[in-house]
Amino acid sequence: MGVSETYVRGRRLVVDQPLAIVVGLIGLWMAWFLAAGLAAGRVQFHDVAALLWDGLLRGLIVGLAGIGLSMTYSILNFANFSHGDYITAGAFSGWAVTYLLAGLGEADVGSLLLVGAGGSVFGGALGIGVTTSPIAVAAGAVVAGVATVALALVIDRVVYRPIRDESGITLLITSIGVAFALRYLLVFVFGTDVRGTTAAGFVPRASVPVVDGTVRVTAHDATLLVVSVGLMLGVHLLLQRTKLGKAMRAMSDNEDLARITGIPTERVVRATWIIGGGLTGVAGYMFVLWKGTLGFNDGWLLLLLIFAAVILGGIGSIYGAIGGGIIIGVTASTSVIWVPSEFGRAAAFMVMIVILLFKPKGIFGGRTTA
Amino acid sequence: MSATGLRDRVADLGDRDVGLVLAVLAVIYVVYVLAGVVFGYSLRGQLNSIANLTFYIGVFGMLALALNLHWGYTGLFNIGVVGFMGIGVYVTSVITKPPVAQGGAAQVGGFGLPLAVGVVGGVLAAALFGLLVALPALRLRADYLAIVTIAFSEIVRFTMMSRTFQTFQVPDTVLGIDLAADTVGLGGGGGLILNYPSPLEALLRTLFLWDPYLGFVGFVESNLIANNPKPVVDGVVYGLVLLLVVGLYYWLLTWTGKSPFGRVLKAIREDEDVANALGKDTNRFKLKSFVLGCALMGLGGILWYAGRGSITPPSFRPNITFFVWIALIIGGAGSNTGSFLGGAVFAALLYEGPRYFKNLVEAALDLGDGPGSFGQAMAAVGSLDPVPFFVYTLNSISQLRLVIMGVVLIWLMHNRPEGMLGHRKETASTIDLSRPDRRDAPEEAAATDGGERP
Repeated sequence: MGVSETYVRGRRLVVDQPLAIVVGLIGLWMAWFLAAGLAAGRVQFHDVAALLWDGLLRGLIVGLAGIGLSMTYSILNFANFSHGDYITAGAFSGWAVTYLLAGLGEADVGSLLLVGAGGSVFGGALGIGVTTSPIAVAAGAVVAGVATVALALVIDRVVYRPIRDESGITLLITSIGVAFALRYLLVFVFGTDVRGTTAAGFVPRASVPVVDGTVRVTAHDATLLVVSVGLMLGVHLLLQRTKLGKAMRAMSDNEDLARITGIPTERVVRATWIIGGGLTGVAGYMFVLWKGTLGFNDGWLLLLLIFAAVILGGIGSIYGAIGGGIIIGVTASTSVIWVPSEFGRAAAFMVMIVILLFKPKGIFGGRTTA
Repeated sequence: MSATGLRDRVADLGDRDVGLVLAVLAVIYVVYVLAGVVFGYSLRGQLNSIANLTFYIGVFGMLALALNLHWGYTGLFNIGVVGFMGIGVYVTSVITKPPVAQGGAAQVGGFGLPLAVGVVGGVLAAALFGLLVALPALRLRADYLAIVTIAFSEIVRFTMMSRTFQTFQVPDTVLGIDLAADTVGLGGGGGLILNYPSPLEALLRTLFLWDPYLGFVGFVESNLIANNPKPVVDGVVYGLVLLLVVGLYYWLLTWTGKSPFGRVLKAIREDEDVANALGKDTNRFKLKSFVLGCALMGLGGILWYAGRGSITPPSFRPNITFFVWIALIIGGAGSNTGSFLGGAVFAALLYEGPRYFKNLVEAALDLGDGPGSFGQAMAAVGSLDPVPFFVYTLNSISQLRLVIMGVVLIWLMHNRPEGMLGHRKETASTIDLSRPDRRDAPEEAAATDGGERP
């Protein structure tokens, strides 16, 4: 009886969800490939650990920037395609300040404020790093957050508020217009070149021993970890301990009902942009500090990973965004074990597509815990 | 209302559309010719400028029409247009490029088959990938479909750029067939050199018009343009061919839209649940519509890029998708005439227009070289000299163009989301459903329909 029941259930699975079987088989193959590689020495433990570490940090950035996207997605009910360019804008504004503070007196103010457009100043030459110029970096991170908040509020006032009641698709199309306008305004001001921003040689680093080698951890890795975890905790406390979190949950559930209950919906929307924009700007700044280069396409290239993370974690949930971000980051980084390195991003997209197919509400069940 | 009345109305509508399209095109061309006169273009310059304009009107018209099938008719939010274009043109070139030994300069060869085979292969490949995306993705919400399609188009671009697919060795014989190809591939970041006869030549040769065409070029050379007129004539004729293809797209899509199949698509757009409840297998309809649109996008991509000397992955950035969407929204989703008009207006005004504006200003004022960076431009503004800033703005027009497009898109979504001709009632019925003409009835007559006026 037990056997035949198992057989019937198995057959139903094969008939109903052939795709699930395929995905499951691919997962099994990947696990076997990794285990066999580790056993045979084709894949080194410390390489895997380094990829995991890289993926975790990438995932923290994706998660941090994803919180804002997730919040606007659930409260304003649209997929904001300009979110990636908020990241870029935040990064540029913050780095302009960092360059200014680190290079004052060494180069002219114009070149510094334009983050060395056209190769006029180099971040490496200014010796920028979290240990070499801590004040400039801290000020830059703060300005990145504040500037992005201001940008998000202005764009909301001018662009999104007049069409607040339109459908999600109308807002989505509008946000694509915002994305391109913003991105190419940044190009107009800062140029198209990708610049190196930090003095990579002067960043302190430590080697952490792992089974058969070491993993390198730099001061910028540590900074990113501390800042992002700190901000995530801060948002968690803010939304759990204040009424704002409850109001947001109510609004994402049913806006009309929330308004009738006396929740000042416009004020909640503003708070959403402030929290989301601030986190996004800081995430953009930390991303550039961590990877050491800055270009006008950075935010856009990150955006699709952020969407993947937000969908993975369930729209509206900040914990989902963080968890999803880490999963996506680790996927993108560790995928080089199985596929050529050019397809890291593609692998992360594939994970998102698979999640959309099997659990379109996200792996955390789509509970909006905002 | 009788059947004749209906037919008159349809004919009237057709006339108005044709008139509108011709009027818009006439205005665009007159403006461009006048601009050419201001620039002091020779006949060659004028023809070049017109050929260029026609090319972009053609390709954007085509792509907007194909997108209209997805978004305007079926309500599928596809923002991966450029991915399907890229698949079309890459497959075409791999099939058509001569094998390495014959190719010479090009390192990556192809199969050396006729261009017609390549085009069919490219279109089929685009359709196939459309099916691949659609099978899982069409079940999703519109915004999820958007994210999946744009992710797909980026995956396509990464694949074009990747070293893994840069070259392949083709075995000497496959299934007993001796293939000429030796090394094929996508060429990686360097792209592919399209070293096969131009599409125009291939087309005219198939139609046995190549010799008369060369005769015509000779006639132009001896009478109108003395020095090597062939590239110019090629450009103009290729533009005309594109317009012809747009006409075919228009006919195909209008025919599709009016067919029972098209009526179901519109029903899905309006309310998928209702269409489902009426016993239509909406998933199947959406799938077919998506695949057909993807095939047309693939063909659009082929006609856009296959005549170029080479193709590189950066050409297939999401920017192109954005362009096509703006074209569609300007014209109005849901209307084929609107889609083409949107493509034409977009190409003339937003895509090519800013460049002409820049040339016009430079022809009128002698401004010299501007500052190289925003910093220098602002420094001059600081010392109360706005000219360098102005020149810098003009020189950056190709980037500012995208800002203008973004702002136009926002403005349209605020003020006229239905575009020029969108959301026009296309009655899904074979009989006339309009209200009887009540022109002679007194205005104050008691309303039996709730007081609504037509």
